[in-house]
Amino acid sequence: MTPTRRSLLTATVGATLMPALPRLGRAQAANTIRIGVLNDQSGVYRDISGPYGIECTKQAVQEFGDKGFAVEVISADHQNKPDVGANIARQWYDQGVDLIIDVPTSSVGLAVNNVAREKNKAYINTGSATSDLTGAQCSPNTVHWMYDTYMLAKSTGGAMVKAGGDSWFFITADYAFGHALERDTTTFIRAAGGKVNGSVKYPFPATSDFSSFLLQAQASRAKVIGFANAGADTINSIKQAAEFGITRGGVKLAALLMFLPDVHAIGLRTAQGLVLTESFYWDLNDRTRAVSERLRPRLKDVKPNMASIANYSCTLHYLKAVADMGVAASKASGVDVVNRMKAMPCDDDAFGPGSIRADGRKLCPSYLFEVKSPAESKAPWDYYKLLQTTPAEEAFRPINEGGCSLVRS
Amino acid sequence: MEDIFGIPAPLLFGQLLLGLINGAFYAMMSLGLAVIFGLLNIINFTHGAQFMMGAFAAWMLLEWAGLNYWWALLLVPIIVGFTGVVLERLMISRLYKLDHLYGLLLTFGLGLIIEGVFRNQFGSSGLPYRIPPELQGAWDLGFMFLPIYRGWVVIAALILCLATWLLIEKTRLGAYLRAATENAPLVQAFGVNVPRMVTLTYGFGVALAAIGGVLAAPIYSVNPQMGTNLIIVVFAVVVIGGMGSILGSIITGFGLGIVEGLTKVFYPEASATVIFVIMAIVLLARPAGLFGRA
Repeated sequence: MTPTRRSLLTATVGATLMPALPRLGRAQAANTIRIGVLNDQSGVYRDISGPYGIECTKQAVQEFGDKGFAVEVISADHQNKPDVGANIARQWYDQGVDLIIDVPTSSVGLAVNNVAREKNKAYINTGSATSDLTGAQCSPNTVHWMYDTYMLAKSTGGAMVKAGGDSWFFITADYAFGHALERDTTTFIRAAGGKVNGSVKYPFPATSDFSSFLLQAQASRAKVIGFANAGADTINSIKQAAEFGITRGGVKLAALLMFLPDVHAIGLRTAQGLVLTESFYWDLNDRTRAVSERLRPRLKDVKPNMASIANYSCTLHYLKAVADMGVAASKASGVDVVNRMKAMPCDDDAFGPGSIRADGRKLCPSYLFEVKSPAESKAPWDYYKLLQTTPAEEAFRPINEGGCSLVRS
Repeated sequence: MEDIFGIPAPLLFGQLLLGLINGAFYAMMSLGLAVIFGLLNIINFTHGAQFMMGAFAAWMLLEWAGLNYWWALLLVPIIVGFTGVVLERLMISRLYKLDHLYGLLLTFGLGLIIEGVFRNQFGSSGLPYRIPPELQGAWDLGFMFLPIYRGWVVIAALILCLATWLLIEKTRLGAYLRAATENAPLVQAFGVNVPRMVTLTYGFGVALAAIGGVLAAPIYSVNPQMGTNLIIVVFAVVVIGGMGSILGSIITGFGLGIVEGLTKVFYPEASATVIFVIMAIVLLARPAGLFGRA
């Protein structure tokens, strides 16, 4: 048989949907809680969570122990595509998955947000950054875990303006996340008396050469170039800025979202001196060091970052809520289990004590770090110096400013 | 400062130059594809993965064997080209008698597998590869800083393209190759080992991709998906230039790099799309491509 255009098309569509088929084989046990880890396992955001996020989830299940019900963890790759992600989520929820976690890439994160609400299931997003998840698009089924664009903008953006960087140019990934990050950072720059000289929105994820945008940024005579992007895009942007001598004239680079694995990939020689914000660092205190040590057999020679370990933290909290209200009740309604999570205080080794607000925002402190120079770094993954801590109550957008319909004003 | 179409002149010149640099990669990659398609009739979708293998091989030589960039430039095409030869002997050569689509599916699948294996082994965020000390620094051209390394990439690409074109169009070996595509049995009757020549041609095309990978390693982070982004664009380049046309792919590669560079200034959101718009227009007006023979 000669393959026709149609059969080729069918094969392609089939291949795209393949990972959506969950491995739920056995008869559905009423006493089993199923957690689906939905993230990027093959693209630009893989190293931020991906397989490590799954391992962190399993670690939480292991540490939670046996409380009279079984817990099963499944996973899939959403390929950073909102349609693929929403399809998998819908299928999972229909087939008895009780909670979906992780979901990086804001466009996918928002798509799954709608599915969870429609199916009345629980959804904890740890991977997406957009602050709309607890703002205009907030949902009673959704909790947003360890960061968002507002918190990044306030910490990194605020610190840069305070240090004299009062004119900005943005290089922005052209999708929900980049737009939200640029918008939130702009608010802080303007509030502090700074101005934005311009911005470019580049196609995501099809761009690997940023030199053209860097030159445009340089020509704008802005004092700070803000990268409203993440993962491999940020890595390439910073490498190429160094190559083109962008910082030679005193221009500062602001990586508005950078994770520990990004610094690892760029190397300290190029990354040193960069200022960035995370809500977790493995070498922050005794508790973070302890949990990182416990994770070592699972993560091998990689250290957890705020995204991968957020899966650990949120899984623990969710399982505590399930144990508290019973398996049957938590399976019955996603809103109920999320409400129970909001009513209970959070505490774990990764993020310390915290709480979840009515709009679904999990509160934790944010930390402003500076990347160490090669001379300062004593061991592999010894990358950050703590510059400043923003307490949990101040790190995120005030609850009445997000426009979330769950908040009574 | 003088403005051209509302853009400061220095910025515009800078963008033209950057377009030329990216065009150099397009030209080098599409050249390999054109050679393979022109002589083997195989649409080599593994090309992106082979480009990526080139970059990784350079990294491995440096990290594991301590061999620097210049050694990589010499050895990587041979090593990766050899894997191409093995691939051609074991798998691709079995498909010559079948429809194009089978070759396309096979090479596409192989590309995905190779990429997956590298991703499992090395992760997705990439590995650092430093610019060789001889090529560090930048020239101040007045309107922009041109990193010496980028200048080197353009020169290296031009030399490679020219050499390949001369090899195929002007030498006796090239004449054999072209004759073999026209009528293989007849050339074989003259005592030329056609299957071996075809195998080596595939190896040569792959080696070109691998050199592209070595040249790209210091600029982009060495990561498993680095070829995927490029390969789609490069296919558009080959189609626009005319499938199998060597000169066409070189000129189109550089030309489209410039068009893309300008789009990044005037309407950056469309910079990933503009090449495909041009491809659609060219296919409507000249289905055989700008330099192709109908």
